[in-house]
Amino acid sequence: MSVLDINGLTVSFRTETGRVYAVNDTSLHVDPGETLAVVGESGSGKSVTALAILRLLGEAGRIDQGSIHLEGEDLTALSELEMTRIRGNRISMIFQEPMTSLNPVIQVGRQVAEPLVLHQGLTWAQGLERAHDLLAKVAIPDPGARIRENPHQLSGGMRQRAMIAMALACSPRLIIADEPTTALDVTVQAQILALLKDLTVETGAALILITHDLGVVARYADRVTVMYGGRIMETAKATNLYRDPRHPYTRGLMNSIPSLDGPVGAALSTIEGQPPDLAHPPPGCPFAPRCSQRQEQCEKQVPPLRRDGERDIACVRHD
Amino acid sequence: MSFLKRLWRDKKLGAIGGLIFLLFLFCGVFADFLAPFGENETDLSVRLLAPGWDYLLGTDHLGRDVLSRVLIGAQLSMVVGFLAAGLATVISIIIGVVSGYFGGRIDMLIQRFVDAWMTFPDLVLLIVVVSIVGPGMPQIIIILGCLYGIAGSRIVRGSVITVKESMYTHAAQSMGASTMRILVRHIVPNVMPVVIVLFTTRVGATILAEAGLSFLGLGVPPPAPTWGSMLSGTGRTYMYMGPWLALAPGLCLTIVVYAINVYGDALRDLLDPRMRGVR
Repeated sequence: MSVLDINGLTVSFRTETGRVYAVNDTSLHVDPGETLAVVGESGSGKSVTALAILRLLGEAGRIDQGSIHLEGEDLTALSELEMTRIRGNRISMIFQEPMTSLNPVIQVGRQVAEPLVLHQGLTWAQGLERAHDLLAKVAIPDPGARIRENPHQLSGGMRQRAMIAMALACSPRLIIADEPTTALDVTVQAQILALLKDLTVETGAALILITHDLGVVARYADRVTVMYGGRIMETAKATNLYRDPRHPYTRGLMNSIPSLDGPVGAALSTIEGQPPDLAHPPPGCPFAPRCSQRQEQCEKQVPPLRRDGERDIACVRHD
Repeated sequence: MSFLKRLWRDKKLGAIGGLIFLLFLFCGVFADFLAPFGENETDLSVRLLAPGWDYLLGTDHLGRDVLSRVLIGAQLSMVVGFLAAGLATVISIIIGVVSGYFGGRIDMLIQRFVDAWMTFPDLVLLIVVVSIVGPGMPQIIIILGCLYGIAGSRIVRGSVITVKESMYTHAAQSMGASTMRILVRHIVPNVMPVVIVLFTTRVGATILAEAGLSFLGLGVPPPAPTWGSMLSGTGRTYMYMGPWLALAPGLCLTIVVYAINVYGDALRDLLDPRMRGVR
């Protein structure tokens, strides 16, 4: 059974200019030990999908339709109290800003121990002991000294390791990492991602890796979901997607990756046009206005996500 | 330790203010031992003596020792200052945190109430309330605490809103921390720099306000030797025959409030993270 199964999820936010549908009719699933990468540009709905899973959409946001099943249990039907027991326990999240994601006035060890005290009823002493082990597990040198330090004494990479330790504390079934390496040095990025990947394989947890870095995807993801304008364009195995991108948007993305062995001085290839204004979404496919292969019907109705072998794709050309 | 070092290195004036404040605090705490005479001990044979060796700060029209009265006055000022400022701080934290964290309609309601409250001039409000409940130390402390607490909640609220939007608050939510836990463990400790500065400056403000009330005869009732009542009673009546009567409490008041304020300013500069590394 999948760890997470999202079906027909639609999320909207109340704004001064009316309701904005950030995620529309989105379906995806992740299996145990699997890494699913969710890629897309800013505003494509990838982060909102993550926050919707945790039901942390804030006052203005709401889930309009669809279901989110965690190991068979529908999260959209739970009360707020029941959700607090799931957050950090069965689902945990890693944010993109390690520099500011730790509370500056609490010692690192106590922060890593907090979910254990919160969810597993450990005492602070037991929690700190486990925190020590967890910090060692994420390869932080000299964890005995680090647990007593304040966050500002740690480097960015070490803080992100501490965040990962905190996320792993309760052995969650699902880990959501929202651009976990965007704020880090390139050299540290690879270490952090390899660590995340190893730990998920080891514990059998599922990992959702939200990113806009296709290089990261190629190396660490098992499957990839491409989002655009709040909708899923294409979902496929990472290897298949790279070898044979089918959706015009996916192809555009792939062509935009600068190549090391291309001609020197060649202009970077881009996708023409602007992302859609989600307050006034186009009636048809959100990518249609920028699509070089659009047909008449693309602008009239949204193409449904269709299964094709091991791949899901939402494009009229793909029949 | 490193904080005290930084205070001394970067903020000399503030450090000196802090020292003066500590000195007065010490005098207040040990006033009963330091005072050479009882503060209400009268001896008509030594009326209105100028400062000299027997009476370091002279005597008043009833032959009471001014030094003893100023020392006990310091004690009263410190008690009122600390208790009222403490109460004000607690009120500011509660209102500021609730208003800032929950936001929306709750915030709107609370802030309009605070707006309305702040439109009344402090002194007018104080005079009205004291004339209703009557003068006395506990009343004064509660009134001053409410007055400054409600006004100060604005500052705490602003800080809470900043902390609430921080990543670590979101991270704590994503970890399954309850609202109460987030408030106590994540919000309040991170607004403490602002709260400490608020408390310090409020001590000065409440001491001054209490003196003002006592000067108007609405403060701690006589014969308690508060600085305010010493200024207005004997100080004013005998201003020409015994200028030291007004000078002693007046100078004490000025020095203490000034010292607290420069110390508070120094604290604010040092505790404000944006000021790190800036002289």
